Amino acid sequence: MTTARTLVRPAGRARRLSPRTRRTVRRNVTAYGFLCGALICFAFFSWYPIVREVLLSFQKTNFVGDTRWVGLDNFRTVIDDPVFVDAWVNTAVFTLLALAVGYVVPFAIAIVLNELKHARGYLRFVVYLPVMLPPAVAVLLFKWFYDPGPGLFNQILKLGHLPTLNWLDSSDTALISLVLVSTWMNLGSGTLIYLAALQTIPGELYEAAELDGAGMFRRIRYVTIPQTRLILLVMLLLQIIATMQVFIEPYLLTGGGPEDATVTVAYLMYQYAFNFTNFGGGGALGLMLMLVLMLFSAVYLRVSREEAR
Amino acid sequence: MSDLTATAGRDRRRRARRARRTDLYRAETRTLVSPHTLGTRKGKAVYWTVLVTVVVLFTFVFVFPLYWMVTGAMKSPGELAEVPPSLFPKDADLSGYREAWRQLDLGLYLRNTLLYAFGAWLFTLGVDVTAAYALSKLRPLLGRTILGLMLATLMIPPMVILLPAYLTVKDLPLLHANLLNTPWAIWLPAAANAFNIFLLKRFFDSIPAELIDAAEVDGASPARILWSVVLPVSRPILGVVSIFTVVNVWRDFVWPLLVLPDAQRRTVSVAISSLAVQVPQNVLIGGLVIASVPTIVVFFVFQRHIMAGLTAGGLKG
Repeated sequence: MTTARTLVRPAGRARRLSPRTRRTVRRNVTAYGFLCGALICFAFFSWYPIVREVLLSFQKTNFVGDTRWVGLDNFRTVIDDPVFVDAWVNTAVFTLLALAVGYVVPFAIAIVLNELKHARGYLRFVVYLPVMLPPAVAVLLFKWFYDPGPGLFNQILKLGHLPTLNWLDSSDTALISLVLVSTWMNLGSGTLIYLAALQTIPGELYEAAELDGAGMFRRIRYVTIPQTRLILLVMLLLQIIATMQVFIEPYLLTGGGPEDATVTVAYLMYQYAFNFTNFGGGGALGLMLMLVLMLFSAVYLRVSREEAR
Repeated sequence: MSDLTATAGRDRRRRARRARRTDLYRAETRTLVSPHTLGTRKGKAVYWTVLVTVVVLFTFVFVFPLYWMVTGAMKSPGELAEVPPSLFPKDADLSGYREAWRQLDLGLYLRNTLLYAFGAWLFTLGVDVTAAYALSKLRPLLGRTILGLMLATLMIPPMVILLPAYLTVKDLPLLHANLLNTPWAIWLPAAANAFNIFLLKRFFDSIPAELIDAAEVDGASPARILWSVVLPVSRPILGVVSIFTVVNVWRDFVWPLLVLPDAQRRTVSVAISSLAVQVPQNVLIGGLVIASVPTIVVFFVFQRHIMAGLTAGGLKG
């Protein structure tokens, strides 16, 4: 359709050109006809918002009147906010805790699963099941489990004669509760990716290591880990980038409380924009988060390029 | 790539079955534990202990919460508040589900979500397939730059451009259209997916040039070649892209929360979470079950594609 129409014009103009040039022109016109949908979508919903994110953080907008340039005012506002430091600390702690559990555990699970010759399909299916739940469902489900009274978790603790916890209601346990649900619903993808990587390790390496007298743990240390080094590094960076954007857990479970114990940077950004209608402040927070995450992205890019080689 | 993984998986399973028939403890490829150790009496004991522990543990951690959810919706609010809770619902009835459907108006929200997912799928395929084909086979001027600019967006996590993206949808530059509360706010941004373009382009790159040249010699136009030559051989990657597009729209939360504020236009996730405090506990849980049925069904049906796509994405994404 587009192609047929656009073909006519350059062909007419290019009549005196060599057939080769004509073909090139025609190929380019067709190609851009095919590309225009993607170019429009990217321009509006990806490229322009990235530029606007930067602009937004230096502007003051009220959406009825004009937009003013305010220099670093927005940054000053959010940095002076007493919650600002809390939000970054919470985000960092959340990310570290999520890594401590959610990074090591899937790798360990993958190593064990790779050794099992039975129930492989079942175990793989089951570990990925929570990933397929809509995140809002998983989070609301855990909200019910965290109920200090009849909630599932305290009932299990009681069954084991352990002290019960206040989970989301106490500022000591609220953040770790968010980490738990986040880990539960994301564990599966990491596990399956590691499992795929483990299956590419040549068996001879294990054999050779064993002949050299390496025990199980040394085989993991000197064969498994070096052989999956790149994928481990890639997943580490991806997980940092993903968890630092944490929003839905505090939004649905705690609303940032108790006592701002679960306010994250992304959540604070949302609050600035939609609760305080200060898009400039939200934009400033977004830009800071973007710069931090781009640091990790840049490392990730280098690593994955190394992997491609 | 993905079909390779799928075939490899099939082969591996077939080989595994054969191996199991001949010797239970001699696996197809050597892994961490040597087949010899596994064959000893102690090895067998350890193996079976680990296997049973893992199966029980996984069932408890990943399946039991879902069991608790499905049966929770069958209990009365009174039974749900009981301490200690009952393992099986005393008089199980489906009124929790019925009420969830009625009180949460799930029919409407499931229809909404289906519409958003279907449109996003259509736009994503239409836009990303043509773009990837142009970049892979037509190789226009500046093609590499455009691809680079697209891939660069993968470095910007979606959360950090949430606010400017929202403002863009609210008042589209140049056109000054407001897309809030319209399906376009979901469909068009879904199509701006660099990862899909990357996956598709990589697949198209692997299609032999002779195939395309032959069609060209026969006088087929690029559109015709895309439709009759490229697409038929690209079914596996189209499947992966399709499944992930639909599932992502279904799972998404923040974006529909912002761009579809009208209560009548919400997605099922957003609707349930915003009505969560207004309904009895068993009704809410019933709603959670119903909302997760579609994605779980998709997982049951397309399990192999999803896992293949996951590793294809994980290795490079």
